[in-house]
Amino acid sequence: MKHLLSAADLSHAEALAILDTAEAMAETQSRQMKKLPTLRGRSVVNLFFEDSTRTRISFEAAAKRLSADVINFSAKGSSVSKGESLKDTAQTLNAMGIDAVVIRHQASGAPHRLAETDWIDVPVINAGDGTHQHPTQALLDAFTMRRHLTGAMDGSPAATGADLAGRTVAIVGDILHSRVVRSNVDLLHTLGAEVVVVGPPTLIPVGAESWKARISYDLDRVIAEDRPDAVMMLRVQRERMSGAGGGYFPSPQEYTRAYGLDAARLAALPDHAIVMHPGPMNRGLEISAAAADSPRSTILAQVANGVYVRMAVLYLLLASDEGLDA
Amino acid sequence: MSRQVLSDSDIARSLKRIAHEILERNHGAEDIVLLGIPTRGVPLAHRIAEQIEATESRVDVGSLDITPYRDDLRSQPMRAMERTEMPLAGIDGKVVVLVDDVLFSGRTVRAALDAINDIGRPRRVQLAVLVDRGHRELPIRADFVGKNLPTSRGERVLVRLAELDGTDTVEIEDER
Repeated sequence: MKHLLSAADLSHAEALAILDTAEAMAETQSRQMKKLPTLRGRSVVNLFFEDSTRTRISFEAAAKRLSADVINFSAKGSSVSKGESLKDTAQTLNAMGIDAVVIRHQASGAPHRLAETDWIDVPVINAGDGTHQHPTQALLDAFTMRRHLTGAMDGSPAATGADLAGRTVAIVGDILHSRVVRSNVDLLHTLGAEVVVVGPPTLIPVGAESWKARISYDLDRVIAEDRPDAVMMLRVQRERMSGAGGGYFPSPQEYTRAYGLDAARLAALPDHAIVMHPGPMNRGLEISAAAADSPRSTILAQVANGVYVRMAVLYLLLASDEGLDA
Repeated sequence: MSRQVLSDSDIARSLKRIAHEILERNHGAEDIVLLGIPTRGVPLAHRIAEQIEATESRVDVGSLDITPYRDDLRSQPMRAMERTEMPLAGIDGKVVVLVDDVLFSGRTVRAALDAINDIGRPRRVQLAVLVDRGHRELPIRADFVGKNLPTSRGERVLVRLAELDGTDTVEIEDER
């Protein structure tokens, strides 16, 4: 494995290698001295063609905790707004001698393009491309589920080699536009979990029947019958509500009534079930404040775990010149 | 071709002696923390702790992964990180005894000293190894040695421990 482009590329062994390494990284982050010398002298470029705060900061924190230098590049106010192509941007960065590219792009497939061409010959990490993939998000979600749904089930470190066999995960909301759901379906399937995607028919993409997940339009029924161990609420982008934005559903109120995680649905979940959200949240729309702030919410743990998982990915792709061979 | 240089009873005797030497050098078991370096230093640290407990009192045992501090990460195939487990009481002001199976170049110990520096400030750091095979590349020596084993640089020293390998033995394998 030279790049991390898609959660679907990860074998069971590779996924566990990343999650186990992330646990080792997490331990180092409980120290007073959080910085490891591991990637000293290496530079990582955060190449962000699309707005993102938490993912970029998380990658930046991860690289810095491993002592790598970080160069942040955002398309706004850069040569891209002057019309520079991805190819020229990549070749320019290559000429500057960087060691890895973390890329977010509005076009699905941009990270693949970067990895497969000879524009730049360094590991490429996909930080979200279009509606395609967001593999580190799926990894941090799996890391969080492993801590909360296996072993002591209290968020403490998971056992080495633990997977998610036998667990059921419901992913709820805007399935159509979400790269988080695509990555999660791939990775959760690899780790042995069962996935149900839930949303209004207008927000389930054509072709979802071929995913390694079941499809449902009825959240209450999924909670009652599938008894999910985790529910992952996806952000509903407000711009999709109006007729101009596609008119995927009649009104925010109606969406919340059918698919929002309110207090009643929270209470109907199994006692051990956790509530997840990749952020940023629309409180009152897809998730109620009661659910977001409940003790079952792992939303802040997901943010913390994101740093450990990204440290693990950077370590595994960069530490050895020979790369990960799992 | 490999030949055995330590049997299970040799290993048991060596660890028992190391335990006694640690107690002698430090005038008792007070403040001692044994930190095993994964993989095989960890069970060795636990065995030495058992011996110390049998003669004096309980001591803290932990493990210290030094992988992120290695100086050969780039040139070697990818190494998996191992877990670090620090005793709850930490290592500040304690006497840390690092435990490893084989002392060779000294680079692992150098990395361990860096790791300790990031975790806390022990009063003293000592080193216990089951086998010292020579060929040091850094100014590092062990305080407690199970067996000094003259080797040539190309030979391999194979330590097997019951906890991980089902049997206790140390063998030397000829260069190929």
